[in-house]
Amino acid sequence: MEHRLLIQHCTHCGMHQFYPRPFCLACEATALEWVEARGTGTIYSVTTVRVPVVEELKPPYLLALVDLEEGPRLLTNIDGETAGIGDRVTLSWREREGMPPLPIFKVDGGR
Amino acid sequence: MSELSSAYIVGAAETPLGKVMDQSEMSMVAIAAKEALDEAGLRLRDVDAVFTNYMGEEGSVQLGEYLGIRPRYAESSDMGGASFEFFIHHALLAVAAGRCEVALIGYASRQRSRRNRPRAVSAGTGTLAAQFEAPYGIHFPIGHYALSAARYMHECGARPEHLARVAVSARKWAALNPKAWVREPLSVDEVLASPMICDPLHKLDCCLVTDGGGVVIVTGRHRARDASKRSVRILGAGESHAQWHVAQCPDLTVTPGVVSGREAFGMAGIKPSDVDVFEPYDNFTHSVLLYLEDLGFCGKGEAGELVASGALDPGGRLPSMTSGGGLSYNHPGALGILLLIEAVRQLRGEAGDRQVANAEIAVAHGTGGLAFSTASTVVLARE
Repeated sequence: MEHRLLIQHCTHCGMHQFYPRPFCLACEATALEWVEARGTGTIYSVTTVRVPVVEELKPPYLLALVDLEEGPRLLTNIDGETAGIGDRVTLSWREREGMPPLPIFKVDGGR
Repeated sequence: MSELSSAYIVGAAETPLGKVMDQSEMSMVAIAAKEALDEAGLRLRDVDAVFTNYMGEEGSVQLGEYLGIRPRYAESSDMGGASFEFFIHHALLAVAAGRCEVALIGYASRQRSRRNRPRAVSAGTGTLAAQFEAPYGIHFPIGHYALSAARYMHECGARPEHLARVAVSARKWAALNPKAWVREPLSVDEVLASPMICDPLHKLDCCLVTDGGGVVIVTGRHRARDASKRSVRILGAGESHAQWHVAQCPDLTVTPGVVSGREAFGMAGIKPSDVDVFEPYDNFTHSVLLYLEDLGFCGKGEAGELVASGALDPGGRLPSMTSGGGLSYNHPGALGILLLIEAVRQLRGEAGDRQVANAEIAVAHGTGGLAFSTASTVVLARE
């Protein structure tokens, strides 16, 4: 299994976007290419989920919105027990049985 | 909108509320429809427009069949819990354009007795949510709203006590409403001591899960004369929507209520200080703080202090959630219909112990979807 987080890059205006679409949301150009995200970003918001939601995740766990350095915002999990808004994070992966690995993040310096 | 083409709410009734074991959703709407039409001096056969949401596939068709209505104008748009404010906007325009004469807007849910609320976002194959949200265990919809609340508190300096104070206001009103689900006094400390569900939202920062619903009847000036109770004029309405997937929202401290409020207040020709009664969609405590700012009742970041001053309480300068709201009175999954009904009761002067003195202008403000996906604002006035 590959461990690459791919986002779209608009060759016309330079915007990055995620999730993928057949056109650029900023300038409507269709000249988009796939680029690998650097895998660094900042936490825009974070919550600790304390009730069971899905079988794979045992509460409590961290659910966050991460702004990639390139711009796009991702819903994700933070690996660890605490994290705060503004924390710098780095891409990590959660392996899944019979499914592609899932991009998650870790707080830099292991907060 | 000219005098001649103006529209009115001429009937408003709740369905059975709370835990409803002896009715179906359809029969609940039918009971409310008869009551609302009685107020309006109209019969089911007079209804030529049907608006509903969450009443099954092709909801207006199913509801129309049940009520024996073959409309010439119909809508079952899913705008979440705010659909009913959207429907007032659309019914107002349809009546004004002569495309219908009597519009029935209805809804009922038995989500409490059926225990059928999902906790996870739909993981149906092939959806964007299944791919990009479901694997991360986002609670539906508390996870979405918690991410908004956390960011709002971070940016605007609101404290947990500010959020909790919204629930206290709602409970003060509920104490005055015999139909409210919970009426016992509530303190800020009790809200903060309730279990944390998704930080920073405690259990008592979240709305109730009850059965309920209601019906509202809209018509033009001509048919409004038949009403047995005082009619309420629809002065203005507005709507908008933003993101579905929470990561697609550029700013979780602002809602599409900025647009719906601007449109509704502009059409009505009013400003926030003209509003006597405010019925916000209080699905979560922090939601109310965002609406107060988005609709211009205070500046950005000032809502916490406004709420802490008691402004929303009985006797306050902006009486809000006067039924007890979704937090303490009833939340049937889609609260918007009940916001309209309470606004009508207040403007008619029939709200009993919770009546706001001299209420002339009321605003019902709905939201729907996942962390403020949709918004619709309705401005109503006593005739």
